[in-house]
Amino acid sequence: MGLFGGRKTVSVDADILVIGGGMAGCGATYESRYWGRDLKIVCVEKANIERSGAVAQGLYAINCYMGMQWGENQPEDHVRYARNDLMGLVREDLGYDIARHVDSTVHKFEEWGLPIMRDPKTGRYQREGKWQIMIHGESYKPIVAEAARKAATEVYNRIMVTHLLMDSSRKNRVGGAVGFNVRTGDFYVFRAKAVIVSAGGASHIFKPRAVGEGMGRTWYAPWSSASAYALPIQVGAKMTQMENRIVLTRFKDGYGPVGAYFLHLKTYTQNGYGEEYEKRWYEDTKALVGDYIDRHPVPTCLRNHAILREVAAGRGPIRMVTKEAFQDPHKETVGWENFLGMTIGQAVVWASQNIDPKFINPELTTSEPYVMGSHATCSGAWASGPEDYAPSEYQWGYNRMMTVDGLFGAGDTIGGTAHKFSSGSFTEGRIAAKAAVKYVMEKGKEQPQVSEKEVRDLEKTIYQPLENYRVGRNEIVAGTVSPSYLLPIHGLQRLEKIMDEYVGGISTNYMTNGVLLQRGLELLAMMKEDMEHMGAEDLHQLQRTWELHHRLLASESVTQHTLFREETRWPGYYYRGDHMKLDDANWHCFTLSQYDRQSGKWAMEKAPVYHIID
Amino acid sequence: MPTFVYMTRCDGCGHCVDICPSDIMHIDKTYRRAYNIEPNMCWECYSCVKACPQNAIDARGYADFAPLGHSVRVLREEKKGTISWKLKFRDGREKNFESPIRTTDWGTIKGPAEYPAPRPEDFAKQELAHEPEALNTNKGLPALRRDQLKQGLV
Repeated sequence: MGLFGGRKTVSVDADILVIGGGMAGCGATYESRYWGRDLKIVCVEKANIERSGAVAQGLYAINCYMGMQWGENQPEDHVRYARNDLMGLVREDLGYDIARHVDSTVHKFEEWGLPIMRDPKTGRYQREGKWQIMIHGESYKPIVAEAARKAATEVYNRIMVTHLLMDSSRKNRVGGAVGFNVRTGDFYVFRAKAVIVSAGGASHIFKPRAVGEGMGRTWYAPWSSASAYALPIQVGAKMTQMENRIVLTRFKDGYGPVGAYFLHLKTYTQNGYGEEYEKRWYEDTKALVGDYIDRHPVPTCLRNHAILREVAAGRGPIRMVTKEAFQDPHKETVGWENFLGMTIGQAVVWASQNIDPKFINPELTTSEPYVMGSHATCSGAWASGPEDYAPSEYQWGYNRMMTVDGLFGAGDTIGGTAHKFSSGSFTEGRIAAKAAVKYVMEKGKEQPQVSEKEVRDLEKTIYQPLENYRVGRNEIVAGTVSPSYLLPIHGLQRLEKIMDEYVGGISTNYMTNGVLLQRGLELLAMMKEDMEHMGAEDLHQLQRTWELHHRLLASESVTQHTLFREETRWPGYYYRGDHMKLDDANWHCFTLSQYDRQSGKWAMEKAPVYHIID
Repeated sequence: MPTFVYMTRCDGCGHCVDICPSDIMHIDKTYRRAYNIEPNMCWECYSCVKACPQNAIDARGYADFAPLGHSVRVLREEKKGTISWKLKFRDGREKNFESPIRTTDWGTIKGPAEYPAPRPEDFAKQELAHEPEALNTNKGLPALRRDQLKQGLV
């Protein structure tokens, strides 16, 4: 296909455009229809909403459920838990907001047909831990997608959204989005009065431990390509806590989950010699973070820290002691079904290596870092808080609206709200949608104007990699090495290597410093220039190219934030070698960034942390 | 474990192409059957395996860490509402599991527009759809007061 030959432009006008049909996007689509009965609600998804997002494979637990109906937990309890786990820094107004609504979401899931396990004695939902309930969630995503399909005016599958559009008639207001159909190649122009970004966080920005065929077996889905961040960053939305990447302790190679093992099966860890090791590193950790080590439960990053120290001391590998628990046939079944329900690959690894946890204590490892906003981490966009109680510094009109007018977010997109997981992401989609409907009803008479020139310029930019390949391919006999273009996999591997070596990946044991970060930024800048020379052989490779663009911009943001925060807030996630200690006097704050796409410059600032005071 | 497709079973229907979240199941132009075009971007999520009407898709553990000789097979039966797994270890041991996948009939979810429309005054409140009833508490939606949020260390 030539640059413009035979390609259709499809224009879609909507009242509300939901970008990304995962858990948050399905929640946003559902709630948009509830409040906006006559509105045109369009959900656009890179894959197929039936199986898209991080929950495509299923889940075996819902990790965010209060149980208020049984007096189990209250929303403020969850806020304290998330605050503690993230070493003091979460948006407590936003976290409380999710926690107070999340139970109604979960009750709907059950009504829709999601099998939630019950405790046979109490009749309540079966608890895996204080916040987690156990489900048979193989079809979690198809069930939620059915609800979203019934709510949307239109669902567009297989559209890769590449850029947001701004309103040309009003400053700092969103106008829609553009992208392309990865099957037909058609160019899509969406105009919308409000846009909700509910795309995925970022896997594959740091080099993964598996480097061959297995590089797709990342902990977070390989299709989570940082669109959650790149789309808002491009249009100047402020981002927060982008340095707060997450490292997961998981079963080796398959990255199978450990939550049910620790919490429900009561398994525990020991070093390669069968010894308890966490206590050994207590003083070491205390010297870095002070009394944060004394909090309960011990923050996720600090548990990683003990593992890293123990392995570096030569006493690896760390193992999960499963042999005792797995003698109980019920627990053995739970242990296996836990994987089959959400990380099938771990079952395959164990079957292939003859690891039966009834007889062998399996190895654990710490993963490569990921950037996302819904697990034990909270990178994402800086968003306005709930109208009824958010401090004025956290509020500029509409709940979950970013610093761009009419641009809302949910799930991995919104920063500061750790531990929302699947149910909280769906709930945040609902919160954002109600606010977006209000925005449209109050301000929607002013239909955004989209510049035809901007749209045509973007079209050229989006499809240029096909042209680069078509022309450049003629220069060489065969193969993948060209003097004029790079393929997406080349770019991805370069990005992963830069981030790994300079920004605190696995090969430096998550260590970086100001000098390394500055050098990383120089290399990322060269890579950004090289992105004009990407070659895409077909539409699939064009999708990979734009995923790489999104990953690269998110990586630059991560690096800028990591440079800005001159402390080590989360040992076990990453270390600033030049500022090894947690520094509450100077850094008990959020980091904010704003990208200027004209100049390519980043403006950094601090924002205050408000805590719920009892 | 990346997926692969058995030549004699695949009829090229494209269900796997439609469902793959990673866009890596494509139809081969010569054989008119599906194959995995990018094994290193496969999350082994089994969406394609479950969707294949011919049981033509299987997975072989990632070459860089999974020894040969294993298999993990699945049968997802929507009408029955179950999913069944058969694991075979490299040394021949087998394990079988079956779980429910849904408690209601497919297609029966009540869409949001089938509920009574919200009243104008509901837009100014904090309750979302179906709240406060769906919280099952009889206490209404919890809220903070503005003076409960303060700067400082806790």
